[in-house]
This record gives sequence, C-alpha cells and structure tokens, in this order.
Amino acid sequence: MDTQMVMYEEDHKKILLVIGRLVREANAKAVFVVDRNGQLIAEAGETRGIDTTSLASLTAGTIAATGGLAKIIGETDFPVHFHQGVKDNLHVTMVAGRWILVVVFDERSSLGLVRLRVKKAMADLSKVFEDLKKKADSEAASGSSPFAEITDDDIDNLFND
Amino acid sequence: MSFINYSSREINCKIVYYGPGLCGKTMNLQWIYAKTNPDLKGKMISLATETERTLFFDFLPLALGQIRGFKTRFHLYTVPGQVFYDASRKLILKGVDGVVFVADSQIERMEANLESMDNLRINLKEQGYDLDKVPFVIQYNKRDLPNAAPLEEMRRALNPMGVPDFEACASSGAGVFETLKHVAKLILSDLKRLGR
Repeated sequence: MDTQMVMYEEDHKKILLVIGRLVREANAKAVFVVDRNGQLIAEAGETRGIDTTSLASLTAGTIAATGGLAKIIGETDFPVHFHQGVKDNLHVTMVAGRWILVVVFDERSSLGLVRLRVKKAMADLSKVFEDLKKKADSEAASGSSPFAEITDDDIDNLFND
Repeated sequence: MSFINYSSREINCKIVYYGPGLCGKTMNLQWIYAKTNPDLKGKMISLATETERTLFFDFLPLALGQIRGFKTRFHLYTVPGQVFYDASRKLILKGVDGVVFVADSQIERMEANLESMDNLRINLKEQGYDLDKVPFVIQYNKRDLPNAAPLEEMRRALNPMGVPDFEACASSGAGVFETLKHVAKLILSDLKRLGR
C-alpha cells in the first residue's frame, strides 16, 4: 500500500516547470501528470475544453488494465503506450512506478520528437517524485498530517447544506 | 489513497461501490449524478457493455464543499459485479479510501451477496488493505421489493462486524445520499485520526 500523498506548492511548481518545458520542446498540445490511482496532479499547455478529471481517471484505468495484461504474458508492466488518432495522439509513460505522464500532440509534432523529449522530462520528474516520496515517508513516520487539526464539527458542517 | 494538494488547496478521495451483479451500484451513482448541483459534479463515465452491464467501471467526480479552506473532492467508482470480471475489480480497488458494499436484498441473491463480500475482503487484502480497518459502510438495496429478505437476517449474514449500514432503494433514491455522506464522513474522520 502506498503512503498518503501530500503535494506542496513548491513541488507542484517544480512539476509545472518540467511539463511546461516538455510542451514547448515536444511541440505538444498538452501534457498531464496523473497518479496511478486516477488523481490529476498537474497540467500544462492547451488544456481548455479537455475534461481533465475524466482524462486522469481513464488514463489510470488504462494503465491498470494493460498492467494486468502485461502480467498475463509474464511482463511486470507496459511502461509506454501510444494511442494514434486521426488528428490528435496520446503518448503515455509511467514514471517511477506510481506516476503517469500523458502527452497530447497533433501533426505539429511527431512520435519520435515526443519520445525523445519525454525521456528527458522523465529523468527530471523522477527526481522531483523521489524528493516527494522522501518527504511523504518522513511525514508518515513523524505522524504529522495537515488533517490532524480538523474537528468533527468541520466534517459535520460539510454535510449541513 | 487520499491526495492532499496544497497548491490547489484540494483533498481528493476515492470511494468504491462494491457488490454482486445487478445489485444497484451503477444506479446509486446515477441517482447521485441526477440529484447533484451541476457546479459540484463532473461528467459521469460508464464503461458498460451493450446491455448496460458495467464492463470496467463507472466514475463520478463530486465536490462536497470546503474544510478549512480545502475543497473536498470525492471520486466515486463502481466495480463490475459479475463474477468473471474479478481482474477489473482488483484494479479499481487500488488507492481506495472508502468502500460501500451494496447488497441486493432479494432473498435469492443472499448467496451472491456473501460471495461478493468474501471477494471484497480477499481483493482488498491483495492490495494491502484490511476490510476491518478501511472506512466501510453497507447498503441494503432494493428494500422495496416484495421478495426482500428481513433486515435482521441480512444484518446477521453480512454485517457481523457491525459497521454502519443503511436501507435503500436506489431506483427511487431512498438511502442513497445517506450512504454516501456516511462513508465520506468516515473517510474524513480517518484522515483526521491518521494525522494525530
């Protein structure tokens, strides 16, 4: 079981920096970072008009399903996926086992370029995620959580409308 | 696995509706979707077969309000109930924060309920969770049907652990929100407890 994930603003900014650069360097339309449980972590590029919550959930579903397929044939995972459409394509890569990097691109770019740039971005993201994991582990060990402060009244108030 | 994002000031939690085939899991989500303010909900996704049986999962993102300046968002998932979709059920339980078991009250579905409950316990264990420790509620659905088993009998069979349980009729909406609110409360209380 993974530890609970907490994302602080500084880490989020680091991720945004990497994926913003990936959008530019890969000539991509948009880039998303999703976690394996279906939560959207970060987005960059032309994301307007895209239902990002559904995108995150379905990406995680696809990774989970193909991971199941991989195990059937004796692989542990399929870490890279490519979905080709008429106009837009999706390039999906797993990062550090728990995160998923999704690149949306069209004819302004190519699969080769996206692959090349994703490799570089993955190395940068892996470093950010490693730091994030260390932070989460030390917080779990110390037992501190931002939720220690909430009261039963806070929870009840959420349901009072 | 709840996800707390300080940057966007959001808490995201995952709730999974589990239960035997045709017990009304998708119906629960459809009712919630139909009755929720459009500003608070995202698009409902159903990956279903041509006969509307759930193939992989249904998904409904829902915003409940704010706690201490954090937006609380719940991602509701259902699993496919049919026995042979076990591989999909395991995948959907990944990262779950709370579980709703939807039982079919019809007396002839009692065995299917018990089988599904066992299956839930086993699949959770495979993901590293203990059913006795995760936020968990039971919903006895289809209470309106004439062949519904007596409530006490269902409780004895399905809820010996005494978790919070609710009577429901998902097609008319009775008990649907009570169930959801309770599991959401348990999840948030759990987050608070873990934070101590």
